[in-house]
Amino acid sequence: MSMGPTMTGGTRIAVWGAALAAGLAAPLLFPSYALQITELWVFIVFALTWDLTGGQMGYNSFGNVVFVGVGMYACAVTQVGLFYSVGEYTAARGGGTSFIWDMPQYMGGLGLGLVAGAVLAAVAALALGSLVLGMRGHYFAIATLGLGVAAGELAAGWEWIGAGAGFSPASPPDNLDVNRFYYYLAMALAVATFLAIRWILSTRFGLAINAIRDDEDKAEAMGLPTTRIKVTAWMFGALFLGVAGAIYGNMKRFIDPTDVAFAGSTIGVWMVLMAILGGKGTLWGPVIGAVVFQVFKEVFWTFLLGWQRVALGLLIVLIVVFFPQGILGFMRERFPALFGHTVEPVVVAGEEPGGART
Amino acid sequence: MSSILSNLQILTIAPVFNVQLVLDGLLIGAVFALAAYGMALVWGVMNIINITQGEFVVLGGYVAVLFADRGIHPLFAVPVAAAFLFAVGWGFYRAVIFRVVDKDLFISLLATFGISILLQQLMNTIFGSDVRVANAHLESWQALGRMVTVSQVKVLSFIVCVALGIGLMWFLKSSRLGQAIRATAQNARAARVLGIDTDRVYAMTYGLNAAICGTAGALIAMAYTIHPYIGLPYTIRSFMIVIVAGLGNLGAVILSGIGLGVAENYAGFILGAQFQLAFVFLLLVAVLVARNWRLQRQRRYLK
Repeated sequence: MSMGPTMTGGTRIAVWGAALAAGLAAPLLFPSYALQITELWVFIVFALTWDLTGGQMGYNSFGNVVFVGVGMYACAVTQVGLFYSVGEYTAARGGGTSFIWDMPQYMGGLGLGLVAGAVLAAVAALALGSLVLGMRGHYFAIATLGLGVAAGELAAGWEWIGAGAGFSPASPPDNLDVNRFYYYLAMALAVATFLAIRWILSTRFGLAINAIRDDEDKAEAMGLPTTRIKVTAWMFGALFLGVAGAIYGNMKRFIDPTDVAFAGSTIGVWMVLMAILGGKGTLWGPVIGAVVFQVFKEVFWTFLLGWQRVALGLLIVLIVVFFPQGILGFMRERFPALFGHTVEPVVVAGEEPGGART
Repeated sequence: MSSILSNLQILTIAPVFNVQLVLDGLLIGAVFALAAYGMALVWGVMNIINITQGEFVVLGGYVAVLFADRGIHPLFAVPVAAAFLFAVGWGFYRAVIFRVVDKDLFISLLATFGISILLQQLMNTIFGSDVRVANAHLESWQALGRMVTVSQVKVLSFIVCVALGIGLMWFLKSSRLGQAIRATAQNARAARVLGIDTDRVYAMTYGLNAAICGTAGALIAMAYTIHPYIGLPYTIRSFMIVIVAGLGNLGAVILSGIGLGVAENYAGFILGAQFQLAFVFLLLVAVLVARNWRLQRQRRYLK
């Protein structure tokens, strides 16, 4: 199931080593962009997990933000709730000097919070997936869009977690280098997510979700328990999304119910866009897409402030209309040899060269 | 929880509140039905689910706001909003939509989502993020011992909606273009063979839908409120109504629209206004899930 260009073992290790070294060194080399690169690692997790169900399984979801938001709130509430009353904390608007975490408390709370985020997000995927994964195509897409927005509206009405005024995660102790800490945490998560998804795609389970994408009826006829597979795949993605949400919330230092946690019309759509931009249904595509998208986004937000979403909407339209195969899809069409496809000297009429999937 | 129970209690102690809720639901439901009819038109003819629906509604609303700001009665804005939005819809068809008409549904879904994000901020930049009203300077009737208030502008918007619905039905049934639209919906290829310019029909259909949305939006700005980011709920409402009513059944569209309006008003009253939008979106999921369960019993599914 190798998705990337074919490489020999030696070059593969060299490329990986270089990528990891670049990732480790980035916040030291570009300290002023550290926050943006942290966000990029989180976005890579968003795109990778979206592609697992969207690209590999063919279930295009606009609602994966639900798991981001659930993880975010679960972690933040755990961090606070372990030591203080959540109700009092939100009533005090997270302010005041009476809510302090020392280093062991903060790390313990965060560790437990990450676990809580992952578990609750997976449970949410189990519950919601059992409901909506029976639908297909655009009905699933719109149902998940509804789920994402509804979750945000519910969070915005729930007083205990701060309602519309939002929730501030626990404030880190002074002797913690917060930005660097979350940078490496996000990077570790992104690498772990990548490896986990690469692994699961190499198993029989990976073949099963590809079979569901290619023809669900046939897959079912072959005896695959399709509903269980679909729900499991969504839960697998949600597990990582929950942790990503937990880290993202702590990194942002403020959780707004509809703009940060359950941001259906921003992050919910961005995930889709990143995966499509890089190349749906490939392993490296979402990673590349996330990098390119983050660059576009930062440029728009820096130079086109006030018009940034106009530019973004335009970008969505352009990509979807003119570039739906994505960067990797385009490369594969142009240079099939790079992807290990042997190009037949005689191309059968009407068949795209290199169109075969790896 | 206790507030929900006490709100329910109010409804049983003072049944006159039910009259108010049903009446308000009926009046706004007609507007929902109008926008939904436009969505059904585009969906049925072009096989596109138009996420931009809600933004077209809001844009129409801003036309009415602009009129009211200049001291012109916003009722005059209704035809202007329709004409303007027709041009906007036609333009978007010529620029973007015609490229995605025959593509995968998810592609057109995303493309219209992109347009909707673009329009949202464009409106936010041009008109500001405030909640706006197009003041129509109309009063309210009191009924049942001043317990029920009927705002005249809501009644007016209801009447305009009904008139437009009838007009649309006549247009699709009898006019030359209407017949071409219906023929294209039934079988685009056969229509092309018989000499119908389906590309033009698509452009007209998309423009017509935008015009319908614009009208609905102008009425909403007069009778209710608008702001740049309120579009998505209108898209979702339209979608929901079409799912329940099916494509091309005006009677069912009106009934579902009014049903949704009433349900929403009850939800807003019982759960509190802050949960009204959550109710709309959860109702969408519930409707879809219920539909799918019913189909699954026959080993079919929503597709």
